[in-house]
Amino acid sequence: MTLQFNDETFRGDYSYFNTEHAIKRLPFPFDRDEYVYSVNIEAHPGGPKGSPFEFRFDVDEHYVSEMKDRAITLDDDPLRCQSLPHMELAGWDLLEIIMVSKAEDYTDLFTLHRDGNRWHWINRPLGIEQRFTFLDPTTLPCGPMEYITRQTQGDFALLHERDGNLWMDAGMVTSQADWSLDFDIGMNFFEWHAPVPKAKQMGVFDKALKFLLAMQQGQSYRRLNWTMTVNPRLDTSPENYHKWGPEKRTITPENVGRKQHLRIELQSFWRLPRSNAIAFPIRCYLACLEDICTQPKWGRRLHRVLRDIDPTLAEYKGFAVNQDMIVNYLSQFDDGAPTSPGIFPDA
Amino acid sequence: MSKQMMLEVTEVEPLTPLVTRFRFEHPEKAPLPIFSGGAHVVVEMPDGEMLRRNAYSLISDPNDASGYEIAVRREETGRGGSRYMHSEVTPGTRMRISVPTNLFALDPRARKHVLIAGGIGITPFLSHLRQLDLLQQPFELHYAARSRDEAAGLKLLPKSARIHVQISDEGNRMDLGEILTDQPIGTHVYVCGPEGLISAVLDAAARHGWPKGALHSEAFASPPPGKPFTVTLAKSGRTIEVSASQSLLEALEAAKVEIDWSCRGGACGRCETKVAACDGQIEHNDHWLSRDERAEQKKIMPCMSRFTGAALVLDL
Repeated sequence: MTLQFNDETFRGDYSYFNTEHAIKRLPFPFDRDEYVYSVNIEAHPGGPKGSPFEFRFDVDEHYVSEMKDRAITLDDDPLRCQSLPHMELAGWDLLEIIMVSKAEDYTDLFTLHRDGNRWHWINRPLGIEQRFTFLDPTTLPCGPMEYITRQTQGDFALLHERDGNLWMDAGMVTSQADWSLDFDIGMNFFEWHAPVPKAKQMGVFDKALKFLLAMQQGQSYRRLNWTMTVNPRLDTSPENYHKWGPEKRTITPENVGRKQHLRIELQSFWRLPRSNAIAFPIRCYLACLEDICTQPKWGRRLHRVLRDIDPTLAEYKGFAVNQDMIVNYLSQFDDGAPTSPGIFPDA
Repeated sequence: MSKQMMLEVTEVEPLTPLVTRFRFEHPEKAPLPIFSGGAHVVVEMPDGEMLRRNAYSLISDPNDASGYEIAVRREETGRGGSRYMHSEVTPGTRMRISVPTNLFALDPRARKHVLIAGGIGITPFLSHLRQLDLLQQPFELHYAARSRDEAAGLKLLPKSARIHVQISDEGNRMDLGEILTDQPIGTHVYVCGPEGLISAVLDAAARHGWPKGALHSEAFASPPPGKPFTVTLAKSGRTIEVSASQSLLEALEAAKVEIDWSCRGGACGRCETKVAACDGQIEHNDHWLSRDERAEQKKIMPCMSRFTGAALVLDL
């Protein structure tokens, strides 16, 4: 199958859309009719053919437009991409793992030729061809992490391990659920997670850190997270809150199905071989309520999850102000029938 | 438990009468995962009835995917892992090797790296040196050994004005005070070797006002043998005998008790196990539990620690 790339925007006229194919393969984040915190980690990659879990780095119909949107965000605010000086080797690790994976998993889209440290990279969807020397930053137009993440969907944090903790010492963050790399850079695992409600008391972070520190190369993992976003906007950053925050007030009972989006994060975790750092890609999938409700199981389930969610989490995820309208809208898709286990839609 | 690969021994070279170098390659010459300086692998040895797993630092180039090399010192009084390597393993032997794990990485923020090795503790620094060369970062290495028989690193170290070797049999001693004085701000110190050397370095560094975050150590620890003892498992009620030449972890594994592990040297924390009851004294040989945790006797690291007394009940 050759992928067709959508011509669409994530700001302004918000022309973003999902084809039927994209909807059916969404990584719907709820495997039951309620939402509770859990360290819901499983091995990655691995999943049904065509699902976003099949390959190491999923490339979908939004690829080209997402990369254009990233470039706009970076032009406005270069601090969305930062790498502390000791993280360059981790950047090369990331570049290697992404180039090798994409060239193996999407042979029609990407090609990588390697002759020792002389590499030749072809990215057909973006029309890029680059010959460079691996580990020599002067042979690339920018640092290795920036170079490869300008060509890869999702945000990226590179975590340095030291003193029994992980430190967010590099990243490319332009499609985030209201957090700031410029604010978090240099923080440790507990510091950057401090705003998350309830989880600390539950001991979630101690367990998660212990798990991450024990992670070895060749064993990568994923988990799903989610939040709610009004309009299909990738850059919901604190820096631009004045642009997207007020849009929450534009929701009406008439437009909620089109405007209100479920924002799904497919997060994965990779131990990098050369630097011993950990790569943390956070891939964002957006789907409006109408899209979700084309799958009866998901419509029923999302209604139940958002109706019964802990009010603290509704506040933290930023949709408390519109919760009634959202739940009212979704209720028309919930006939009370039981839902099947797991995240995938019924055939 | 680590992901493992079945590799073939391709070279066995005595470096000194006590220390032998082993090279492992993939039987079909497939590339092995590259790694970072200071990483180790766990080597599995089917020693008669017993399955031994020992961790060894990788001494080869981290960027070389064609093979892994380790150096093993023969420990006459050990549990038997190093004797197995020296007597049973020859070119052609196939062994299960874990993927590399790093618990002794360089801190790439350092403006200079001071590496201090004692005896067989030179091994992690051999891969560190390659990484430093790649990163072009300033360093100096100080290597102390009792005798040339023990100084396996001599054959493997490049000639460099930044590498200093002291053989104590020949009357040369490492002067820690001098090494730790007048280093530029932002220097990090790494020490690997016997307990005595590690504590000497850490004490001297503290006296000279070094910040704790700039000090890194890896004890060259394998589980010490000791007196046999018995443990009881609270959940199943089973009792398990730990022989003199077995670690508690090895005894649990032999009894098919599932237990997580990684470094098998008391450093990574993976095999931490709750103690349900303890009438006696746990010999804590690990580097994971804090002083308070040791005193409480409510946790044990089965990879390293032993027990003497009337009864030890594990929450397993």
